[in-house]
Amino acid sequence: MGNVAVFVQHNEGILTKTALVSIAVALQLKEAWKKAGVVAVCLGSGAEKACNEALQYGLDDGLYCNEPLLEKYLATTYAAALKGACDAGDCDTVTGVATTTVKDFFPRLAVMMDAAQASDIVAVNGDGSLTRPMYAGDILADVILTTDKRIISARGTAFAPAVKSSSDKKANPFSLKMEGVQPGEVVSYEMSQGGRPELADAEVVVSGGRALQSSENFEKYIFPLADALGAAVGASRAAVDSGYAPNDWQVGQTGKVVAPRLYIAVGISGAIQHLAGMKDSKTIVAINKDGDAPIFEVADYGLVADLFDAVPKFTESIKKAKGS
Amino acid sequence: MKILVPVKRVPDYQAKVKLKADGSDIEREGIKWIVNPFDEIAVEEALRLKEAGKATEVIVAGIGPEDAQTQLRYAMAMGADSAILVKYDGIIDSDLASRVLAEIYKRSEYGLIIMGKQAIDSDANQTAQLLAARLNLPQATFASKVIIEDSAAIVTREVDGGLETIKIALPAVISTDLRLNEPRYAPLPGIMKAKKKPLEEIEIASLEVDLAPKVKILKMAAPSKRQAGRKVESVDELVKVLQNDEKIF
Repeated sequence: MGNVAVFVQHNEGILTKTALVSIAVALQLKEAWKKAGVVAVCLGSGAEKACNEALQYGLDDGLYCNEPLLEKYLATTYAAALKGACDAGDCDTVTGVATTTVKDFFPRLAVMMDAAQASDIVAVNGDGSLTRPMYAGDILADVILTTDKRIISARGTAFAPAVKSSSDKKANPFSLKMEGVQPGEVVSYEMSQGGRPELADAEVVVSGGRALQSSENFEKYIFPLADALGAAVGASRAAVDSGYAPNDWQVGQTGKVVAPRLYIAVGISGAIQHLAGMKDSKTIVAINKDGDAPIFEVADYGLVADLFDAVPKFTESIKKAKGS
Repeated sequence: MKILVPVKRVPDYQAKVKLKADGSDIEREGIKWIVNPFDEIAVEEALRLKEAGKATEVIVAGIGPEDAQTQLRYAMAMGADSAILVKYDGIIDSDLASRVLAEIYKRSEYGLIIMGKQAIDSDANQTAQLLAARLNLPQATFASKVIIEDSAAIVTREVDGGLETIKIALPAVISTDLRLNEPRYAPLPGIMKAKKKPLEEIEIASLEVDLAPKVKILKMAAPSKRQAGRKVESVDELVKVLQNDEKIF
């Protein structure tokens, strides 16, 4: 019986919330599938530090590789590295949270390991099956993987993060073996404007839709509201397609899935593809001019109003309420 | 160079899918099928590369029953030169799709494969990457911009933190994201012409691939529906409930 390898994502050695969720999923898979243990795998700059930190969450072993080829992410090198870790750590199961990185290279790893992959699971069930959404979340399917080796990517919002215990275990290095693929090169990387919390981790998310009409209006109406709440900013696909907001703000079936404590949808009608990305939020507030918009069918609190009138008032009232 | 564009048919996203009573599958009777929107973007990108003189031929390929021809004809109506349909009535998961497409790729000399990042029915986001790995080709997924230069592709990718641009050698596999382009509508003369364009049918058995689904669906269910809440009358009331009932601030 082999081990579960968990791909622990980190930022220069600092574990993200996503990392703790992936560890929790790995521990659930170990339990459900009676695996021998869980091995943390960290790659890139800061990997040793991250891996030692990951071992504090009840894991059995840690493997890291920070060779220069892994400094910048590429699917080919990361897939080869994780394959090497699975060989070194006797792992026949691999899991991680479905970030764009994992979405990109896990299937590659599946072919290298002769494994099958279940994408974006939202539950590990008692009978060993996995639940995953299909059809924009309109359907939940219970699936099993028929292969001996298995790869599972998990939806970050569907699992609670792992809880820290303590351990004096130390992670071990492993070396990278590339198998005859030209890795390619990273030409440039353009980060979206920072300064606000990450969409996937935020406690509060304020999203704007097509009704905002321009990127200037995002700045004028959405940003102050988000900043008053310490929130991340999201957008509907229509707003991103129209160029009002950058691509990595898109919430929905084919963008990011979020489940914050509070989600505020401003000028978003609520197509099923958008709902797929936010309907598991704890509290949903919708502000929309059209009282029949489908967003009101999922909103806990709906305000039928012109956003250009309501949002500035809302922002001021929140500031006042917080100040009092 | 020739470009291969895999095209999957999916249920129209504007219609709500229904489950069979026993939860074994969706109700497939009476479904309106469309080209997977991400694949339509892939067809458009391939056509633009051809129009820019970067490609000589655009070949679309699909897997499915006889009537999956319709979506391939649509791609040809948009402008693709020819089509290949691998005939199969069974269940197709990402693993099988990638095995079949790898065999199709090997039957000719292609310089590029371009396809959707995910199909909007199974939402797995795997086939392009699986195919690249099976063929030992470089990959650039979630593309929002593609530049072909000599024997390389410079691809801007939509990633979690923003945009990343990578350079990969051709042949390669590129998967499309939403912002890559806006697909054209098939023009009426195109629809007429498409009827006469070559569509080759291949029996799946002739490809000698492992047909067993690797991701087996045990049952399907509808998720529990979120209850609608209530309307508030004013901004003041909204702030009050968030403050007093929800304890947000």
